[in-house]
Amino acid sequence: MSLDEIKIGGMGASRRRVEDNRFIRGKGNYVDDVVLPGMLHMEILRSPLAHARIKSIDVSAAWAIPGVRLVLTGEMMAARNLAWMPTLSYDTQAVLATDKVRFQGQEVACVIADDPYIAKDGCEAIVVEYEPLKPIVNPMQALAPGAPLIRDDKENQKDNVVFDWQVGDKAATDKAFASADKVSKLELHYPRSHPSPIETCGSIADFDRSTSKLTVYMTTQAPHIIRAAVALVAELPEHMIRIISPDLGGGFGNKVPVYPGYVMSILASILLEKPVKWIEDKTGNLISTGFGRDVYLKGELALRKDGKILAVRMHTDSDHGAFFSDAQPSKFKIGLMHSAFACYDIPAAHLTARGVYTNKAPGGVAYRCSFRVTEAMFFQERMVQAAADDLGIDQAEFRRVNLVHDDDFPHRTAFGFLTDSGQYAKCLDIGLEAIGYKDFLKQKEEAKKRGRLLGIGISTMTEPLGAGNSREYDILGIKMFDSAELRVHMTGKAILRTGAKSQGQGHETTWAQIVAHELGIPADDIVVEEGDTDTAPFGMGTYASRSTPVAGAAVAMVSRKIRAKARKIAAHLLEVSEEDVEWELGRFYVRSAPTRGVTIQDCAFAAYTNMPDGLEPGLENVSYYDPPNLTWPFACYIATVEVDPQTGVWDVLKVVAVDDCGVRINPMIVEGQIMGGLTEAYAMASMQFITFDSEGNCVGSNYMDYLLPTAWETPGFELHEVVTPCPHHPIGAKGIGECATVGGPAAFVNAVMDAVKDTGVRNIDMPLLPDRVYEALTTKKDISGFPPVKTDA
Amino acid sequence: MTSLYEEVRGDQPGEVPVRRVSIRVNGVNRTADIEPRLLLAHFIRQGLRLTGTHVGCDTTNCGACTVLLDGKPAKSCTVLAVQADGHDVMTVEGMATASELDPIQEGFKDEHGLQCGFCTPGMMLSAKALLEENPNPTEDEIRWALSGNLCRCTGYQNIVKAVLWAAEKMRAQAGK
Repeated sequence: MSLDEIKIGGMGASRRRVEDNRFIRGKGNYVDDVVLPGMLHMEILRSPLAHARIKSIDVSAAWAIPGVRLVLTGEMMAARNLAWMPTLSYDTQAVLATDKVRFQGQEVACVIADDPYIAKDGCEAIVVEYEPLKPIVNPMQALAPGAPLIRDDKENQKDNVVFDWQVGDKAATDKAFASADKVSKLELHYPRSHPSPIETCGSIADFDRSTSKLTVYMTTQAPHIIRAAVALVAELPEHMIRIISPDLGGGFGNKVPVYPGYVMSILASILLEKPVKWIEDKTGNLISTGFGRDVYLKGELALRKDGKILAVRMHTDSDHGAFFSDAQPSKFKIGLMHSAFACYDIPAAHLTARGVYTNKAPGGVAYRCSFRVTEAMFFQERMVQAAADDLGIDQAEFRRVNLVHDDDFPHRTAFGFLTDSGQYAKCLDIGLEAIGYKDFLKQKEEAKKRGRLLGIGISTMTEPLGAGNSREYDILGIKMFDSAELRVHMTGKAILRTGAKSQGQGHETTWAQIVAHELGIPADDIVVEEGDTDTAPFGMGTYASRSTPVAGAAVAMVSRKIRAKARKIAAHLLEVSEEDVEWELGRFYVRSAPTRGVTIQDCAFAAYTNMPDGLEPGLENVSYYDPPNLTWPFACYIATVEVDPQTGVWDVLKVVAVDDCGVRINPMIVEGQIMGGLTEAYAMASMQFITFDSEGNCVGSNYMDYLLPTAWETPGFELHEVVTPCPHHPIGAKGIGECATVGGPAAFVNAVMDAVKDTGVRNIDMPLLPDRVYEALTTKKDISGFPPVKTDA
Repeated sequence: MTSLYEEVRGDQPGEVPVRRVSIRVNGVNRTADIEPRLLLAHFIRQGLRLTGTHVGCDTTNCGACTVLLDGKPAKSCTVLAVQADGHDVMTVEGMATASELDPIQEGFKDEHGLQCGFCTPGMMLSAKALLEENPNPTEDEIRWALSGNLCRCTGYQNIVKAVLWAAEKMRAQAGK
């Protein structure tokens, strides 16, 4: 009799999480919890200025403090050819500044001491003399004639442009616009936002001279990429580098890039031959590590009067800060921005993109998104609402007219992506039903008569998750496949390792469920390990919602390899030919005599004790999975709000989410991901304000100023589900971790814009702080454009 | 004590002012000579090696370092260890007994009230203080009581459910 898959913790089971057993006891093992014998501590001195020439650095007073073991400056790094390091986007980034500082918070020196307090004392004792230079804080300033050159360190860099890039069909787009009944336009700024996991970045480098081995504990979402980078930068042999990414206190993209602190701790450990720990403080994290977004978007939709979108034209000016360190596929300069409008059937599209350097910390990390798709989908859904309003068509109906139909898959988007599955209209219908769309519209009209402002915002989108197939996706030339290695022990228990790295997604729980689904081994009998490059197979790590689409697929594929070998053993044990053996969950049996069978555990035991002649002993294998395509989940998010016309404060009335991420491995975890994503969407729409004043000072450099929503502000969420299996994924799953962060913000912003529509205001830039909404209501003008921070001159 | 304290004293005998403190942590008296500037969070983490208390923001905002100080939630990153001298501290390590989890711990696991786990110890201790005072809180009361603890992963909805779950279990146990 076949096993009950839910009982063994297989696919579809809301299995309680394995990792929680240590987390709820305070027994997690985060980087700062690791203590090595003789360990020293490193602190970083950062620049207070955004743009300045370094005239002198006096470190003598720091050296004089008892307990200080080493003080590093840019000059010392340069002597070892380590003052600069390559970024993940073929640029260079200063490890410690030598010539000048290019953003506030840039690393200028570091002190290694017996304890972190002494190291901080050491940093305070360093005297740096700066000659201030004019800071550049937005693309408009960066592109202005005569603008100071930020990257004067680069030989061929004559201006502040990082790239100029385009995609799509310009001629076809121009033609469509020429024949349009109406053209709808929108401009907006998707502001900088910091992913800000509660745990900051950190590392412990431990170089052992006697073995020449370098072990680094590090907060990284992609340990194998780090190993490759360290091998290239520090010129250490790759087999002598071990990167261990222990438990991570959140990542959200912040822990993908290579940061100077990691490099300095490594050099310090090599020089001192002692373990060196660096734990970043919160301000250091907020002002110097990878930001997301910061894109100025301009767009136009060519419309037919019946509501059909004929073409889209987009231009982006993106602010990358002082160093182009985006972690993204090398082929696409503005990430997957051109995935915009993928859920709509649009004949023609053209996107131009220009990236610039500014005196800000490096930007462009994919903050809980797949390489700029957050900006793409936000702009898409803001434009869709504006276009519906311009045409005077109901916004839900306008979407329905343009959404790709279920029977039109596979569908090639105007920008060239291939979407493969979905039930878009069904998701929209479920969302509208759940929010009570028609009733709400009536309620809204009634409320208006009494001076109350209600609004409803819809966001429908599909996004490309799971980079990606090796034809198109690589980082620094390394193809974006992923991996899984499964070893089944004699007693039928197993260990699984993957090239991904969980930061809260629950891989230790869900990967075991995939193995249970494929092999019938109970999930509780499978231990999952990730993050140690000495033991895990090579993989590209966890970001861009790629774990389930790529590493998760590898888990299924390696399980199938194990099953194929177990079948040979089963035939041997049952004394029949392999062709006469049938499989049901957890068991092989003889086709003609179903009661004669052996379990997968019997096969595992035989793999070590009674293997057939000619078959290799043991039961283990590895799979490297190169996905044929991205996965395309679909989502419909709808929010209703009430805006207080007296104060500009807005309250969320209800939020409905309909997600189709294909087959759900663990529904409980999927729902957790959706709710977390919706919260970040709400946060960006409402309060996460981190920007820069005209001097380049970061406004929002700690949690007093950078507001993250608490349990009190965060609304409740109502979740709904549609399942359209991914046709190419071995278990039909699609990515989900980032959908709500990507699609969510537009639902909230569209709702507020809907509430204030009668003023004629077309846009208020995020976050929709009460003062901005109030200003829009009272001046009847858009609140958008170049840096909106009020302290600007 | 740890190297932190030994190194300080070894390097500079007599120069760094040292204060003896005695703090009752999870029911056990812990006595140490420390620098007066040492934060309670570091006393707990580096000194006692109880690493379940996390440091997130250094500015009393995130609440990852929340402990119970004489039964009240306190953010240990902005309490000096000398201020806790003679007082009672409970950390996450003190919540469970060898054989039994606190109902709050069970609730967090059962209702998927955590993802990366970094905010969880502080969150659970704030919840513990709430349920001591109010065994039957409403959702709003829970949200308000936990508003000093930030979570970036869960969106709080399941945390609220976890606390409701624990409250119900604790009431059932008390009723027996």
